[in-house]
Amino acid sequence: MSSNTFLGMPSLPVFGHGNLNATEAFPKAAHRELGNEQLRANLGHATHTIRDKRLKVVAELPDWEDMRNAGAAIKDATMANLPALLEQFEANFTARGGVIHWARDAQEANEIVTALIRETGETEVVKVKSMATQEIGLNEYLEEQGIAAYETDLAELIVQLDHDKPSHILVPAIHKNRSQVREIFLREMPVVDPNLTDEPAKLAEAARKHLRKKFLSAKVAVSGANFGLADTGTLTVVESEGNGRMCLTLPETLITVMGIEKLLPTWEDLEVFMQLLPRSSTGERMNPYTSLWTGVTPGDGPQNVHLVMLDNGRTAALADEMGRTALNCIRCSACMNVCPVYERTGGHAYGSTYPGPIGAILSPLLTGIKSEENNSLPYASSLCGACYDACPVKINIPEILVHLRGEDVDSKRAKVKVPTQMDLMMKGAEWAFAKGSHLSLLEKGLPLGTLAAGRDKVIKKLPGIAGGWTQSRDIPAPPTQSFRQWWAKEHKPGAAVVPGSTNSPEGEQA
Amino acid sequence: MSAREDIMNRIKSALRDAPATPVVPREYRRSSDMTAEQRLEQLVDRLVDYKANVFLTPAGDAPAKLAELLTGSTSIVVPHGLPESWLAALPSAGKDDGGTPAVHVDSPERRLTTAELDAVDAVVTAAAVAVSETGTIMLDGGGDQGRRIISLVPDRHICILNVDQIVEVLPEAIARLEASRPQTWISGPSATSDIELERVEGVHGPRTLDVIILT
Repeated sequence: MSSNTFLGMPSLPVFGHGNLNATEAFPKAAHRELGNEQLRANLGHATHTIRDKRLKVVAELPDWEDMRNAGAAIKDATMANLPALLEQFEANFTARGGVIHWARDAQEANEIVTALIRETGETEVVKVKSMATQEIGLNEYLEEQGIAAYETDLAELIVQLDHDKPSHILVPAIHKNRSQVREIFLREMPVVDPNLTDEPAKLAEAARKHLRKKFLSAKVAVSGANFGLADTGTLTVVESEGNGRMCLTLPETLITVMGIEKLLPTWEDLEVFMQLLPRSSTGERMNPYTSLWTGVTPGDGPQNVHLVMLDNGRTAALADEMGRTALNCIRCSACMNVCPVYERTGGHAYGSTYPGPIGAILSPLLTGIKSEENNSLPYASSLCGACYDACPVKINIPEILVHLRGEDVDSKRAKVKVPTQMDLMMKGAEWAFAKGSHLSLLEKGLPLGTLAAGRDKVIKKLPGIAGGWTQSRDIPAPPTQSFRQWWAKEHKPGAAVVPGSTNSPEGEQA
Repeated sequence: MSAREDIMNRIKSALRDAPATPVVPREYRRSSDMTAEQRLEQLVDRLVDYKANVFLTPAGDAPAKLAELLTGSTSIVVPHGLPESWLAALPSAGKDDGGTPAVHVDSPERRLTTAELDAVDAVVTAAAVAVSETGTIMLDGGGDQGRRIISLVPDRHICILNVDQIVEVLPEAIARLEASRPQTWISGPSATSDIELERVEGVHGPRTLDVIILT
């Protein structure tokens, strides 16, 4: 197909900007966040609750694995044919009265949205939760331009009122408890009942009252989109509270910002993704509300409908043959809820809009691994693989993490000429494991370790880069003899192993 | 170069390894062998699980059921294409603002304003199709369902469904829907779990969802 054949010179990847870059390295941020006990308690509770719910509703379906296979293949097919699908989507959306804009990066997207709002003469917009606008820092940009953007999702509202950042992509305010939410509402909402209790139902009611007038009078809304269907030009937003429906149907102007990777080839592909997404994200059979619109419907909903197609590093991620499947992500957050690292450090430690296992690969792919603070993200994992098992579109996150670690090492190797401590240690290891005699020589030093550990039999601090290991944990003293030494002693020629003796492996007793 | 051209070129350059397009395996369930009774039972179970109120009613009793549910409501809105017979038992039947409850008909000729909708107690609509496995009711803006706004702003949504509109799995529903129509899929009333994951029904959308299933 001609539109898929690229005849020009291959260009260098162009990376993304905005809220994709951490302001500090993961280990440093994680170390601080680990000390936040409230965060760890809330997160532990949240992630366990959601993943139990998810397992329950997933187990209800006999064809879950078939659906994952279909989901992965549909997304791979989308990426392979992206230019043609984007053209097809554009033609269909435009034919129905929608207007499409293209944004190379965060700055350009922000400028387009601002200009569209200015055209309406409005200085206030309502917003439905959107990862893409979070990524480009739209709210902050609009504020600088004198436009107030009101987040309407309850959790986003809490975070916005508290001038904080989301910590989870599904439940962004999960790091706050009910009494903190009450305090924020009392402090930040202009009209609020001073006797407001901290019952979630009462707090939700306060949010309803706070936003009701805004919804009913708003002229402009900004949204993201969960899916764009190429063969029909349809956009989809999935939500629970009805704030999405309010934003998508009440205002005169609707501006949607969507990453170019969010397409699905056909209308019928929705049958796969609308089963995968709700069960994976909130652990529900279906989310309370799903809205679908195709351009403009005369007499129903906004008559001035825009869509900003965002690159911001997505084409750079696509250029990484190994990493490109990270773009298949449907932002369900299942990987976060099963990740032992995320569960303890929380979302803020990742810096970027995209936290957790998917963030650890997506953020460096979008910004480039050489991006200063994101190069530690691929190490924010134990490679346990739980994220891969949970992913509804089967993104092999551990494999991409390892690939990005390799990229990171390569990019640093190019910079550093003198051998690092790690290089020297590896050289040492090479020598030690080359010959049994080398190893036994080293083993003679074992008692020294016991000596170094002292009377409490733990080593609290190691020198050099090994010090990173002991920063947050102690190491038990090494044994006085190695396994090889023990084996040699027990297996002297002629020495029989006595059944039942403490040294014989228990599993082998008859 | 325009941003569009630029991005297209970047994409094509990124795909210079020409990745293969996989054939999508569609072994998942795309049709159901459940009986109508089983689908009905499953839908009721799922709707009740979402805290919707469900009423199984013989088709002939729909007007009486609706009148009973609307006792105490002072005003309601209905889409112009809603079968008039359903409203027959209301004291204000067939009239606009002519009794209690006042029945406002939203039509292309006379669209209610947002403020007017905010003042009504309830909305009565039909539906396009329902999925029993997920407990989802789908509205597609047909004449008996109306504009998206009318089922959103009033605090109570009464939805009347025919038993033959119930399918079991999502693919069956998708096949029945027309993509070009604006759609709202509803699974229970508005809800949030954003504060300590405690589910609260009713945030911005209708806080009450009543479903009358005509058997």
